[in-house]
Amino acid sequence: MTATPVRRDTTATGTMPPRARPGRGGIGRTHDRWWTPWLFLVPALAIVVVFILFPFANTLALSATDATLLKPGQFVGADNFVRLWHDDRFRTAMTNSLLYVVCVVPVMVAAPLVLAALANGTTRILGFLRTAYYLPVVMSSVIVGLIWTNLLDSRGLVNQVLDWLGVISEPVPFLSGRWLTLLSAMVVTIWTGLGYYMVIYLAALANIDPALYDAASVDGAGPIRQFLHVTVPGVRTTSALIGLFSSVSAFRVFGEVYILTGGTGGVGGQNITITMLIQQEGTGLQAETGYAGAISVVMFVVLGLLLAGQLWFQRRGGSR
Amino acid sequence: MSRTQKTLRYLVLLAFFLLLAGPLLWQLSLSFKGAGDDLYAQPPQVIPADPTTGNYTGVLDRLPVLLYVLNSGIVALLVVAGNIAGATLAGFALARLRFRFRCLVTGLFVVALLVPIESIIIAQFLLVRSTGLADTLLGVALPTCVAALNVLLMRNGFQVIPAELEEAARIDGAGVWRRFWHVCVPQVRGVMTVVAIFSFVGAWNDFLWPLIVLSSEENYTLTLGLNRLRGTFYSDPRLIAAGTIIALLPILAVFALLQRYFFRGLEAGGIKG
Repeated sequence: MTATPVRRDTTATGTMPPRARPGRGGIGRTHDRWWTPWLFLVPALAIVVVFILFPFANTLALSATDATLLKPGQFVGADNFVRLWHDDRFRTAMTNSLLYVVCVVPVMVAAPLVLAALANGTTRILGFLRTAYYLPVVMSSVIVGLIWTNLLDSRGLVNQVLDWLGVISEPVPFLSGRWLTLLSAMVVTIWTGLGYYMVIYLAALANIDPALYDAASVDGAGPIRQFLHVTVPGVRTTSALIGLFSSVSAFRVFGEVYILTGGTGGVGGQNITITMLIQQEGTGLQAETGYAGAISVVMFVVLGLLLAGQLWFQRRGGSR
Repeated sequence: MSRTQKTLRYLVLLAFFLLLAGPLLWQLSLSFKGAGDDLYAQPPQVIPADPTTGNYTGVLDRLPVLLYVLNSGIVALLVVAGNIAGATLAGFALARLRFRFRCLVTGLFVVALLVPIESIIIAQFLLVRSTGLADTLLGVALPTCVAALNVLLMRNGFQVIPAELEEAARIDGAGVWRRFWHVCVPQVRGVMTVVAIFSFVGAWNDFLWPLIVLSSEENYTLTLGLNRLRGTFYSDPRLIAAGTIIALLPILAVFALLQRYFFRGLEAGGIKG
């Protein structure tokens, strides 16, 4: 590489070696001064280092101290983690968040694919339906939570309809009781995610060779068999990816549960999730930031394990 | 496909439509129902019998919704501007300039992408607090004003530009800045739009971070203000409904105007977990 300082990059005159292939690893110069690329990088790099990487390192450090919001705290080794192990709130939160993953992810992988297969097509009405299906995706979890608080209320629309149909004799208390509230929150999460994952599946469907459907049809396969034997294998990679993304976001759930329980996490914190626990322990005047840091580290590790586990599972399953 | 199969297909599609769009339509109907409406009629009534806009004025009178909208708008503007500028500049350098540590820097952005925000949020808050930005809109916007994901998206966008294009400009003597601004940026407008839209939606809808950073009510963003709806109007679902509809209007307008980019962004691999 030549390093002759020529002139300012911004001026128009002066010739440059024409051989260079920027970004492709060829030999040649893309700029004159060594610091030019860093000028381009500074804003993004500064934000990411200061607001993501540094807090990440700091979280690790905090987790080994007894810091509170008001004092820096001292090194206490693994005390926070021992305390976590015996903390009922932590156990509840972990159970709820993991249950969320176990229940929500299979639905997120399967249902949007059915939806995508049915809504795939070029007609106007299908286009309209796809847009309508996507609507919940652009809404904030707070709005979604409020809408469903209305719907699931003991006198809300869901109970009204069930009552009108004669399915129930007295209102179902969707928003009280540990399991029913958790189930309601899961339904809300799924409601928000269906359209999102449908769009991703639609893109995958476009990559399936139409000749496969023709061949299946010649062999006498009906729509359901075509779906099972052509569509499902054809989008396998996408399904794996959606499994990955939806499990990470299910474990991180916050807004829906927060709003449905009115910000409390349910009676005695029975509906609390890991993110809610971090928020409750780490903010406010009594905040124990060191302890919240330890919960954060556990959350990070569990998410890492979830990812690793899924990748391992997919390798073994033989999908690429 | 036979006739019955086709009918069945559209019945299922209709069921999904009712399931996904129905709650919104019900909320809309609820927000216009007046005092003369029986909210709990059997069967449920969709068309208000006593239509009124009183619920909307009621919400606007009692909560400073427009202030919340303004605050959310300021945060969203900062985040969108920061992401477009920061991610485009950095993406260009990573894709089209060669320098020492380029791989390392790219790796840093990938690592940052993988860190779940919830697990560092307390440390982020301590940082923002120590810089005196707690309870400010700038404090809400700063941590997300250049997202690693967007940097990598822009990098991919810049990478697919044919090298010949830039080379031609170089032969004509164009420096780095000119090649960036006049040759490369016009080629990645589509990706920039996607980055802008997703940053906007992310900033507009974010709840956890503003909840942690903001404490005084006059700084509340829309999501925090809405959170108060439930406490304030718990007894009247019509007012809650009106509030959610007001809050939905801006985001629905953006969605309606830029619909194709929403779908294109997802298909381009811009998956956000």
